[in-house]
Amino acid sequence: MLAYMVRRLLWTPVLLVIVSIVVFILGTYGPGDPVEVRLGQNYSPEAAERLREQLGLNDSIAEQWGRYVWDALQGDFGESFVFQGRTVGEILGPRLWVSAQLNFAAFLITLVFGIPLGFYAAKRQGTWSDPAVVLTTLALFALPVFIIAPFLIWLFALQLDWVPVSGWGGFFDKRIILPAVTIGVPGIAVFTRLMRASTLDVLGQEYIRTARSKGLSEVVVNYRHIARNALIPIMTIMGFTFASLFAGSLITELIYGIPGVGRISLDSIFARDFPVITAIVLIGATMLVLANLLIDFAYTVVDPRIRLQ
Amino acid sequence: MSLDSINESPSAPNTRSVRGRNQFSLAFSRLRRKRLGMIALTVIAIIYLAGIFAPVLDTHGYSETNLLKTQEGPDTENFLGTDRLGRDTYTRLLWGIQTTVIVTVASLLTGALLLGLTLGLVAGYFRGTADTIIARVGEVVSAFPDILLIILLAATVRPRILDWTRSFEDSSGITGLVSSGFVDFIVIGIALLPLSWFGTMRLVRGQVLQLREADYVEAARAMGTSTPRILIRHILPNIISPLIVTVSFGMGAVAGTEIALSFFGLGVQPPRPSLGIMIGEATGRGSTAVSVLTQHPEQLLAPIAVVWLLIFAWNILGDALTDVFNPRSR
Repeated sequence: MLAYMVRRLLWTPVLLVIVSIVVFILGTYGPGDPVEVRLGQNYSPEAAERLREQLGLNDSIAEQWGRYVWDALQGDFGESFVFQGRTVGEILGPRLWVSAQLNFAAFLITLVFGIPLGFYAAKRQGTWSDPAVVLTTLALFALPVFIIAPFLIWLFALQLDWVPVSGWGGFFDKRIILPAVTIGVPGIAVFTRLMRASTLDVLGQEYIRTARSKGLSEVVVNYRHIARNALIPIMTIMGFTFASLFAGSLITELIYGIPGVGRISLDSIFARDFPVITAIVLIGATMLVLANLLIDFAYTVVDPRIRLQ
Repeated sequence: MSLDSINESPSAPNTRSVRGRNQFSLAFSRLRRKRLGMIALTVIAIIYLAGIFAPVLDTHGYSETNLLKTQEGPDTENFLGTDRLGRDTYTRLLWGIQTTVIVTVASLLTGALLLGLTLGLVAGYFRGTADTIIARVGEVVSAFPDILLIILLAATVRPRILDWTRSFEDSSGITGLVSSGFVDFIVIGIALLPLSWFGTMRLVRGQVLQLREADYVEAARAMGTSTPRILIRHILPNIISPLIVTVSFGMGAVAGTEIALSFFGLGVQPPRPSLGIMIGEATGRGSTAVSVLTQHPEQLLAPIAVVWLLIFAWNILGDALTDVFNPRSR
């Protein structure tokens, strides 16, 4: 087990280096010449050459990559091509925080509905309510954002006038509700399905029968024996979801006018603002890799059986 | 003696029915008893047939505009009304479905089957260095936030493929490749690759790792059966059922991703319709989604109904197939 952990720990930085190389190559060979993006269509060759030299674009790609990674490690992701004079860090920082709050709210909605629904469906296996729950969540899962979002806005903002149509005011502002529901609802199906399968697994175990035959109350068996064990495999997915907290949700942020990462990634891809895109992808990938690592370790802490293998 | 007579009775009258019930006819007869699964299969079949026969079923040209009749509701000439440029929504819907059909089938063949299955077989059966390399590449690919990687790939790859195709057209004299949407399908195919192969590869690898230790595989190996024959005759048939299940879930995801890509203008390019483009044009790329829903709901609801039904149906079918192929989970 220790050997496995050490191997994982040593592999992680290598993985991140490879990821950064891939991102850097995509960014460098992507469409759009950084010089052209900065100077516009009409520029003199001398000015272009000066800028090229200044940005270090005449060095070899390995040198450029090395410099980029070295700076990135110190939190400096370079300067945006489009927003002149502003560093990528300045642009992304506040947006990362906005997306993190929004996605966290959405994640809470997913968990609060998904896990009890899955548990309920599993306990009712064989009755009509099990397939009904699974079907309903699947129907919600297949609904594209394009329809959930306008429908929610139409119903709750325009017809009922409960919340404003769009905008952003932080985690405790009521304008977070609609976008959080939009992002959170499709995920309910994933957690319902997982929790259902995992609970069914646990229900068949011998120790559940033992617990019941000891005369424990149904509440204790449900929560201490079934739910707790059923939640273990779900942690893996929770790790992935946590990593995507900072990823931003492209379409939702667009429709609700939220100044988050999803919005800026789209804008930068279309404006060919590659320093910003590269930084977003690199940060997203780092979060994902680190979250996976943490989950693997957390697994061994929570479930002693894994440690023994 | 009696044993021999059992083994050598392929001409006995009842063997026909026994032979007919192989793995797949068994699975299909179990699927037939799943009402929801059959409904899903029917819905998928209808949508795919509508897409394939779009040239027959359409009533207009998909890029044919009629500026005297724009933003109008359904009538007998335009079954689902017209859009901002007076194009027939019904016709564009059919051709949009065809785009989805091409993308999902192409991605199934290249990503899931060709790449995923082959790499999974190689990694699982030969293990060692090949396995390590494939697993590591997969780890790198899955480390990226997937929708961003897909968008980034599509944006990066498109200009190059477009240039290559143009110069190929110039040098070879073959024309019409760019305008037929050929380039778009290649771009989408490449952008979707990281999404489509990894899941299949991991699944196949896991199954093969178990199967290669099975007694009958060992027996085949002991009898001197060649490796390709072991892989194709002994291992492949046993991993097809889980493969079908994953593919069924994956098809919904691929369809959804193509639609999102086209919505942002990075997938299929106009004038060729795609469900994503239709949604994007109707909603002004998201910003005017609400006003469209209240004023011209059919322009938004028609493509969305198809998208929703298709993704929903693929998922239900996946669920039903899981039950069919894996009786333990029932």
